[in-house]
Amino acid sequence: MADKRRLMQGNEACVEGALAAGVRFFAGYPITPSTEIAEVMAERLPPTGGVFIQMEDEIASMGAVIGASLCGLKSMTATSGPGFSLKQENLGYASLAEIPCVMVNVQRVGPSTGRPTSVAQGDVMQARWGTHGDHPVVALCPSSVRETFDLTVEAFNISESLRVPVILLLDEVLGHMREPVELPDPVTLELKDRPRPLAPPGEREYLPYAAGDDLVPPMASYGEGYAFHVTGLFHNSAGFPTNDSAESERLLRRLMQKVEVRHHSISWAETQDTEDAGVVVVAYGSTARSAARAVKAAREAGIKAGLFRPLTIWPFPAHLLVRAEKARSFVVAEMNLGQLVYEVERHVCHRARVGRVNRAGGELLTPGEILEAIKEAAAWQ
Amino acid sequence: MAVKDYLRREQLPHIWCAGCGHGIIMGALVRALERSDIDPAKVVAVSGIGCSSRATTYLNVDTLHTTHGRALAFATGVKLARPDLTVIVITGDGDAAAIGGNHLIHSARRNIDITVVCFNNSTYGMTSGQYSPMTPLGHLATTAPYGNLDRPFDLCRLVEAAGATYVARGTAYHATQLEHLIAEGLANPGFSFIEAISQCPTYYGRRNRLGEAVAMLKWQKDNTISVQQAAGKTPAELEGKLVTGRLHQGRGPEYTASYRELVERLQKRGETV
Repeated sequence: MADKRRLMQGNEACVEGALAAGVRFFAGYPITPSTEIAEVMAERLPPTGGVFIQMEDEIASMGAVIGASLCGLKSMTATSGPGFSLKQENLGYASLAEIPCVMVNVQRVGPSTGRPTSVAQGDVMQARWGTHGDHPVVALCPSSVRETFDLTVEAFNISESLRVPVILLLDEVLGHMREPVELPDPVTLELKDRPRPLAPPGEREYLPYAAGDDLVPPMASYGEGYAFHVTGLFHNSAGFPTNDSAESERLLRRLMQKVEVRHHSISWAETQDTEDAGVVVVAYGSTARSAARAVKAAREAGIKAGLFRPLTIWPFPAHLLVRAEKARSFVVAEMNLGQLVYEVERHVCHRARVGRVNRAGGELLTPGEILEAIKEAAAWQ
Repeated sequence: MAVKDYLRREQLPHIWCAGCGHGIIMGALVRALERSDIDPAKVVAVSGIGCSSRATTYLNVDTLHTTHGRALAFATGVKLARPDLTVIVITGDGDAAAIGGNHLIHSARRNIDITVVCFNNSTYGMTSGQYSPMTPLGHLATTAPYGNLDRPFDLCRLVEAAGATYVARGTAYHATQLEHLIAEGLANPGFSFIEAISQCPTYYGRRNRLGEAVAMLKWQKDNTISVQQAAGKTPAELEGKLVTGRLHQGRGPEYTASYRELVERLQKRGETV
């Protein structure tokens, strides 16, 4: 049987995942190390009748994505650090106005222009809190080229079905690394679409922000005759601006709850040897690859170590930490000066000591560095 | 369709101050739509932030009230996704010329089929009267208490240079002409820009002692000159006058049409391979 594997970059796998998920609109702006996503989209989308446009800036590309999504197209953009900062206002718009869209952030060293071609994981907290105000967010974080494909598909599924912007947090190593992958046949994928109004326009009043028990309001598209209003102001169920405090609070709480009530179905983690582990490493993205090696080496050295690898960074899969219930030490390995460590501490500080191993200068953490941190944490017990 | 079919009457009265010119301009827009016989179900009106941009609340079409300055970016996504829809952008002088200036020139450069109506009241009304890129030199604003030092834009010349294929200027005073100009912009298959001079008696007018709304409307009458009347006059004779009417009509490939041709070409090639 012919080998169906292809050698591809994480950035290419992201495009393949998006195409398999049904993306029809991409707007972007060139920025290292995400540019290949735009380049491959520019080649692949037009022959399928999809739209690719390189906008005048990062802000405009996020705006165009929202406009296209309102016309019913699955839409996405891709960027990196500085562009991620610039897109934050319109990301908040998408949260409040409940516009499905996917934003890829291939992380590089920051702040500011930083080190454009070097790897980092410094945008974890920005992904959660980058736009102003309370807001729902979902952020996924793959560790391999194949997983980049899979989580891009899931990013669209979550975004469409919950009407929430989804951030795909890659990093420079993952984006540029090439691995042989066999991609699934797109027809085997389970794809989800946004909920749609049941009644045709004019039959009965369409309230674009009236949600049922599932907390996700049905979404009409522009040009269908519903003549509905969308605004970044707090709005009532009809979509029009409100200054009513109770109504505003209800809206914001629903936006948060529609994600919170689905926590278990969208917040994923994988574990390796955690059941009996006294020391558990928490690592994500390309760091998790070094961490997996380090955990294996620790086991070989007689230390009961394990790996907890979140695939969903936000909302954090704290409910899966029960798989590491014997752990008395955690080591959070990340390519920043400590971000996800605060989330881990919050959940395990009552039962375990939390250490950290970090790098922020633009190179991967090595298995050796993580192994040293495991040995140190094992000595605490 | 009647004019009233283009309005969400249950959303009225509007939020604009007594004497504001924005209602007149919105009226001209609505009558231009009605005169053009455009199906309201096939119209998307997109606005930014500011007094002008609240107009989308009152229009009975698909409406999108976006972030400050970004209406054209959102509208570009709408138009590319649905080239068959009529896309209108409602913006103000601060929204279009300051924070949204980049999107303005690039939308004009692409000649994408969007009609922009820029409600120019020379001030940031929503935040109570700061100077904008359209405030004349020396005029007063809350942030220019000693007089404005910033030279204003000529937005019409800017968008023409950037590639717009229809450019016009009208005023709230010349409401019928404005309606005609907006209708011409809607009919142009490319990027159309209509600067509509409005009056803000509450902040701009009061601070600059320009009188009440009627006096400000009279100023529009006395300080404008039509393209026809301006023809042949020397720059000295036109000093201090704003030229109104159709200022530019050009030709050029429309962006979504070019994109559609690209897709058809690629798909035809795909079939023959």
